Amino acid sequence: MSVLIDNDTRLVVSGITGREGTFHATNNKNYGTNVVAGVTPGKAGQDVEGIPVFNTFRDSVTETGANVAMVFVPPRFAADSILEAADAGIPLVICITEGIPAHDELRVYTHLKRTGTRLVGPNCPGILSPGKANVGIIPASFFKEGNVGVVSRSGTLTYQIGNTLAQAGFGNSSIVGIGGDPVPGSSFIDIIELFEADDQTELIVLSGEIGGDAEEQAAEYIAEHVTKPVVAYIAGFTAPPGKTMGHAGAIVSGSKGTAAAKAEALEAKGVRVGRTPTQVAELAVEILAS
Amino acid sequence: MDLLEYQGKQLFARHGIPVPDGRPARTVDEAVAAAKEVGFPCAVKAQVKIGGRGKAGGIKIAQNEEEAREHAGAILGMDIKGFTVHEVWIEGASQIESEYYASIVFDRGAKAPLIMLSTQGGMDIEEVAESNPDAIATLHVDPLLGFQDFHGRRLAFEAGVDADLVRPVGAFLAQLYATFIAEEAMLVEVNPLIVTPERTVAALDAKVTLDGNALFRHPVNAELRDPSDEDPQEQMAKERGLTFVKLDGDIGILGNGAGLVMSTLDVVDLYGGKPANFLDAGGGSKAEAITSAVEVILSNESVKSVLFNIFGGITRCDEVANGLIEAFRQLGVGGMGIPFVVRLDGTNDVEGRQILADADLPNVYTAATMDEAAQKVVELAKGATV
Repeated sequence: MSVLIDNDTRLVVSGITGREGTFHATNNKNYGTNVVAGVTPGKAGQDVEGIPVFNTFRDSVTETGANVAMVFVPPRFAADSILEAADAGIPLVICITEGIPAHDELRVYTHLKRTGTRLVGPNCPGILSPGKANVGIIPASFFKEGNVGVVSRSGTLTYQIGNTLAQAGFGNSSIVGIGGDPVPGSSFIDIIELFEADDQTELIVLSGEIGGDAEEQAAEYIAEHVTKPVVAYIAGFTAPPGKTMGHAGAIVSGSKGTAAAKAEALEAKGVRVGRTPTQVAELAVEILAS
Repeated sequence: MDLLEYQGKQLFARHGIPVPDGRPARTVDEAVAAAKEVGFPCAVKAQVKIGGRGKAGGIKIAQNEEEAREHAGAILGMDIKGFTVHEVWIEGASQIESEYYASIVFDRGAKAPLIMLSTQGGMDIEEVAESNPDAIATLHVDPLLGFQDFHGRRLAFEAGVDADLVRPVGAFLAQLYATFIAEEAMLVEVNPLIVTPERTVAALDAKVTLDGNALFRHPVNAELRDPSDEDPQEQMAKERGLTFVKLDGDIGILGNGAGLVMSTLDVVDLYGGKPANFLDAGGGSKAEAITSAVEVILSNESVKSVLFNIFGGITRCDEVANGLIEAFRQLGVGGMGIPFVVRLDGTNDVEGRQILADADLPNVYTAATMDEAAQKVVELAKGATV
């Protein structure tokens, strides 16, 4: 198996008629993902590369049985689009959009926790289950099917780690980008829980970065609930305090959210932490080979 | 985006939060005129985005016009922890009976706004949190329910606010919460929140951080962005649409994706180098973006060598290679004698490496892995020839 997306995924893409939306929806479709619909208000009846476009998420669900939504609209419209997808009963929403206002994210997060819709992102590269489905912007050609589950706050860093693993002969069950924003819809814990329950996954790689305390919370969770080996990486050891390092959520505030504190918290719970992406892959190889 | 004290107070005033009457001033004459308007005694307060102004001599009380002139003259242009004072805020001196503390922070861990209230105001709240944590009452507000009157009462009683002030403090917190939500703030902090002899409360200071991603909904706040606050190099990068943070080392760094760039800084550091900057050229970087990125990196005279660490996803390595060649042509990089180490992996990496090999740029080295690239760029920064 894999987590979150697979051969049963029926994807609807909001923002499909935009330049980026068209490009990536087409890419996902070409990979073999079952892209069943697009949503752009006022453009119902059109199609994008053979994918039918609907005015609303509700129509796309009724007409095509869509069960996963990808949101690709500009930041000022993104919260509304996520809420619309949830309202249409779609159980999993993946939001790629970067730059959504924090208060919007907070309202969306709180509402979705109550309705049970799962959100992955925003500001994330999406999810790839190699050999099954690709939803988002992860360059799938670097990854093959295998037994390593990856969960990460960063896109390119994930490709770097995944590529090093691939060179060592290992593939992935799923790669889940949870995004670099202050209020991610899914946490490390949410995804690690899925990997722990997934047959295909034998090792979990957690790729974190400075800011917040999601890695520390994950360390506690792993110690109590995870039987599979976990290898971690934390980016930002040399980041100066008070500066946002690219991702809105990547900031050391005073003495809080440092990479050193996160690495320590994980190591204290028995998680091995690689100091470079290469070391992470080496640790994974060492554990899987033993 | 951080606001100056007076900008925060003006924002508070728009939401009905009581603040002392004041005027901003950029020159000594403006300050004196403002002082006459608000009346004496008045406070002359340095406007800088850093704490500890009082201790640094940036806040003075003026009893008359002469003193206002003297203090404004001393404070304007003063350096406070590396921040030059360009503006002062002239404010009618307040009668203070006691000093409380109130704040609301966007608590990303708890995913809810966190309100804090204490009767131990006027000092560093982190010190209070350390020495006397019970003195701070805290409460998370459900973002979908919003602030309720009982929240105010609960906080006030728990903080030990005087009985006659429970109602005004609760009302103050309600207004502060409304401001936090309406303006999409990440932080609003009032320290001190003063109690006057008439038993009213007012915000004597204001520290406000707004969400930069929400400024499109707040044109008045967006106007407050002051480019002169920013490092000139960071400003130059922003104008070119690049994400850039200046650091104090001598190795220029360019990568794609925030996580990979942070990781690159760490790996360079691990091999004994000191990065001069964080620069994320972004997803799908085109050749022009790479050319401007090189221009920004080399505008820092400390830079002795430059590392390109690219893992192409949406970004194509051939675009990156062409951008570098274009930078050498447009900016005359070849003549500067600054070596470049380039690591290209991912989308179109073979093409990118071939383009670089064919161009045969002076002082441009390639590396197969991130580790090798970092080692090489560190050696080059130390003056080694590779």
